[in-house]
Amino acid sequence: MSEGKIYRVSGPVVIALGLDNPSMYDVVKVGKLGLIGEIIKLDGDQAVIQVYEDTTGIRPGESVVNTHLQLSVDLGPGLLGSIYDGIQRPLDKIKEQSGDFIERGASAPSLDQTKAWHFVPTAKNGSEVSSGSVIGEVAETELVLHKIMVPAGLEGKIMGLSEGDYTINQKIGEVVKGELKTAITLSQRWNVRSHRPVREKIAPHKPLITGQRVIDSLFPVAKGGTAAVPGPFGSGKTVIQQQLAKWSDADVIVYVGCGERGNEMADILMSFPKLLDPKSGKPIMDRTILIANTSNMPVAAREASIYTGITIAEYYRDMGYSVALMSDSTSRWAEALREISGRLEEMPGEEGYPAYLGRRIAEFYERAGMSILLNGETGSITVIGAVSPPGGDVSEPVSQNTLRATRVFWALDSALANARHFPAINWLNSYSLYTDDLKDWYSKNVAEDWESLYKRCMSILQKEAEIKDVVQLVGYDALPEDDKITLYTAQSIREDFLQQSAFDEVDTYTTIKKQGLMLRTIISLDDAYRFALSHGTSAEELRKSPIKQRISRMKFVKEDEIEGFCSETAAEIAAIGKKRT
Amino acid sequence: MGDVYYKTIKKITSVLLFVEGIKDAAYGEMADIKLEGGNIVRGQVLDSRNGLSIIQSFGDTRSMNLKETSVRLTGSAATLNVSTNMLGRVFDGLGRPRDNGPPIRSDEQIEINGSAINPYSREEPSEFIQTGISTIDCMNTLVRGQKLPIFSGAGLPHNKLAAQIARQAKLRSNDEGFAVVFGGMGINSEEANFFKREFESTGALEKSIMFLNLSSEPSMERIILPRLVLTTAEYLAYNQGMHVLAILTDMTNYCEALREVSAAREEVPGRRGFPGYMYTDLSTIYERAGKIKGRKGSITQMPILTMPNDDITHPIPDLTGYITEGQIVLSRELYRKGIYPNVSVLPSLSRLMNQGIGKRSTREDHRNVADQLYAAYARGIEVGNLIEIVGEEALTESDKKYLKFSSEFEGKFVSQGYYEDRDIEKTLELGWDLFGALDTEEMKRLKPEQIKKYGKWKDAQRETD
Repeated sequence: MSEGKIYRVSGPVVIALGLDNPSMYDVVKVGKLGLIGEIIKLDGDQAVIQVYEDTTGIRPGESVVNTHLQLSVDLGPGLLGSIYDGIQRPLDKIKEQSGDFIERGASAPSLDQTKAWHFVPTAKNGSEVSSGSVIGEVAETELVLHKIMVPAGLEGKIMGLSEGDYTINQKIGEVVKGELKTAITLSQRWNVRSHRPVREKIAPHKPLITGQRVIDSLFPVAKGGTAAVPGPFGSGKTVIQQQLAKWSDADVIVYVGCGERGNEMADILMSFPKLLDPKSGKPIMDRTILIANTSNMPVAAREASIYTGITIAEYYRDMGYSVALMSDSTSRWAEALREISGRLEEMPGEEGYPAYLGRRIAEFYERAGMSILLNGETGSITVIGAVSPPGGDVSEPVSQNTLRATRVFWALDSALANARHFPAINWLNSYSLYTDDLKDWYSKNVAEDWESLYKRCMSILQKEAEIKDVVQLVGYDALPEDDKITLYTAQSIREDFLQQSAFDEVDTYTTIKKQGLMLRTIISLDDAYRFALSHGTSAEELRKSPIKQRISRMKFVKEDEIEGFCSETAAEIAAIGKKRT
Repeated sequence: MGDVYYKTIKKITSVLLFVEGIKDAAYGEMADIKLEGGNIVRGQVLDSRNGLSIIQSFGDTRSMNLKETSVRLTGSAATLNVSTNMLGRVFDGLGRPRDNGPPIRSDEQIEINGSAINPYSREEPSEFIQTGISTIDCMNTLVRGQKLPIFSGAGLPHNKLAAQIARQAKLRSNDEGFAVVFGGMGINSEEANFFKREFESTGALEKSIMFLNLSSEPSMERIILPRLVLTTAEYLAYNQGMHVLAILTDMTNYCEALREVSAAREEVPGRRGFPGYMYTDLSTIYERAGKIKGRKGSITQMPILTMPNDDITHPIPDLTGYITEGQIVLSRELYRKGIYPNVSVLPSLSRLMNQGIGKRSTREDHRNVADQLYAAYARGIEVGNLIEIVGEEALTESDKKYLKFSSEFEGKFVSQGYYEDRDIEKTLELGWDLFGALDTEEMKRLKPEQIKKYGKWKDAQRETD
């Protein structure tokens, strides 16, 4: 520990003098209140510090203490189900300490220090272990088995493991290498700004199934992939992020509310414990970690929050799990960078953002991926980042840099949102670069002819856009008959398939199997229409066909009834074809 | 501190004073700036280093000089004396009485910057507020503890709408209304008088508190004023258990004052010259709405802003929309058609609507009626645009129905009187009346059982049986 004095205070940036040999990114305690900060620039005797709490009332001359530690998180059993701020302070414990409003300088250990966890060794005493080796397990929640791993940098023989109840700081065994004995506990620490190592990254090959039709069927994201969701306000970014957090089939979810609304976090805290995971029937809170740094909480902690989130995600990936991280919204994180950069009087790049914005965004998304872990298992992190472009215009720097770093683009559209078409993902502008990688999975697990169904669906939607341009010029009646059929089918794809209500009990989640059935039904009706058309029925007559009502009910049919429903529908569709022959 | 007056001012700009020789001014500390004639202007420390403090003046810097003007630090951050005696009173932008009444004496002195509510302590807002205005109640429902701004344009009747909401807003379970804390930033005296008169004539004045900063008064007070409003609101809500409606107008003036300070400090500007930290700054105002678990009161916020050139992508409405839980957008086109309230429903939104509606609080068909109205009206508008290109002859039968629907929707549903207080049943019935003009099979957002129960088609019964 070494002490210096404050020389200058300007918002979240504090300059200290007289610290003894400070290093970049050392964590310091600022002022009488001991506010947490991080050194972000060294200039002669001056250390520039970004402070993670409000600096009102801090004066030049107060002390600054260097801890000589880097900003780190505690990793161990007890993370799941927690809600943290941007620097991993547990908000529930903080509330017990300082009441309903967050007071400055509040601190509480990130993990419960007193709770005893039942530890079951899986490695034999005396066996050789190295960084990342799993040596035992703790049932952290009913959904997730927490694997206890050898911390980074250690190797040797594991000794002294025995089954029993331990708190996170108690010694459970030791790693012995020659004379050197290192005690192992249930928890470890990791510096948030550096990634946890893996053996190698491999190509993703499985989709993250989210139960959202427009995503799973048209623009899927792979487990270990990256996706960007840019959209103006009110276009439903947050609802999409929350739907993914609720329903995607990842083992662990890390949800980072970065500079967003407090009431949204309250909503998640209210609703998640009540929601059950469709696979296991257990509350989804059991697999979720929330990081909440709302917009009015200190801006520097907002900058840290996505690193805290991704480090926790990496830790669970290292256990061999598939982890999904939602970050809402990365624009607020970028603005935090801009704000601090501005206070440092750095030369700005585009729109006042610092010149290193692109690099920082790319570094963050690079921490996603499907990986072979140090212990030879595989694990993955999927990162889904919301972007809030000013005025909804994605030509701005944060959106552009994010698009360069991510492989799936869900383009949210305010025109769709205004017509209450949700999710408002525009089917013409969005893309997924994983479609090819995942082709095999879909044909094996959903439908053999998946690729042709998908292409048919996309081409009908494309065609609709072209026809609509023509309608603007010549009017609807002048269209050729088969173009009218294309319009009917496209309308059906839009309204009966792509549109999905997050608030309807059944519609909120659709299995991939049901998605396949629904899409097939809509496409086979298109086939039947075209057949009937070629046998002399007019498009207008077909438009009035009562089968449409049945199709529009499809999304509300429960999973266990959908097969029967679709085969009945198929029979009716077949009849349309027959009647005309 | 205390009685030390520094006469070491080095530089004065339109809003800032650079004072040398101060060793340890606290960041955010309040200061008194004493002019030659003895007048005192309030200021605040914006940047403090050993030997130089930058102080923002809340008053006019006219006739300040380097030689005779002096600065005293008060030793504390900006605070406000709060008390229930404030009800019925009018204050200025620094919290001093402007109604010739006595100053507020109180033991409770609160820092006006407030602290962030711990997200873990927040209670999700979910109680339906009936405003009696169909476009809001049915389609953009307001709930207690929400922040829902009005996005307006110059010359549109946003003040009238806000006053009508303040007058009519209530819960359905009881008649308990709201205590109104009103903040006027840079508004003109006519607007200020309008609100005063409104509150007087409805008897709401005893339950309201006004903070006023007129266009002619120092613009820097506008930066303090919303924080006074919210500090007062928090005191009434969380200490006194009252339900508070905070109206802030006009946020555009607030943002411009913020830009003025930023420019004076020669900061790197963001979009349109507004500072890069405006999002964070606005959030420290807007996020002070809500409810807290285990406490009785609530703060519902209704900020009003005028969009420069009616442009919703302008940084002020844009950043606001990203923080608030929806927005009510006023339309110039509807206003020209003579429709009051001229709420443009398509770009309007309430994010907390779902929590406040449905079987338990309003009616089970509420969500579906709202969605169907949106979808049908959007279609009608689309058809209307089409006519301009292809002419009315090229429309199909169904297109014509939608066209008629949208004009009836504007005329009967959107439009209502300034004193017309429609309850939610009345509003929903109006919606069902309008659906009657469309084909039942196109009503995809309505559930069959709802159509059966509420449908107003002449042959509805037959079709669904």
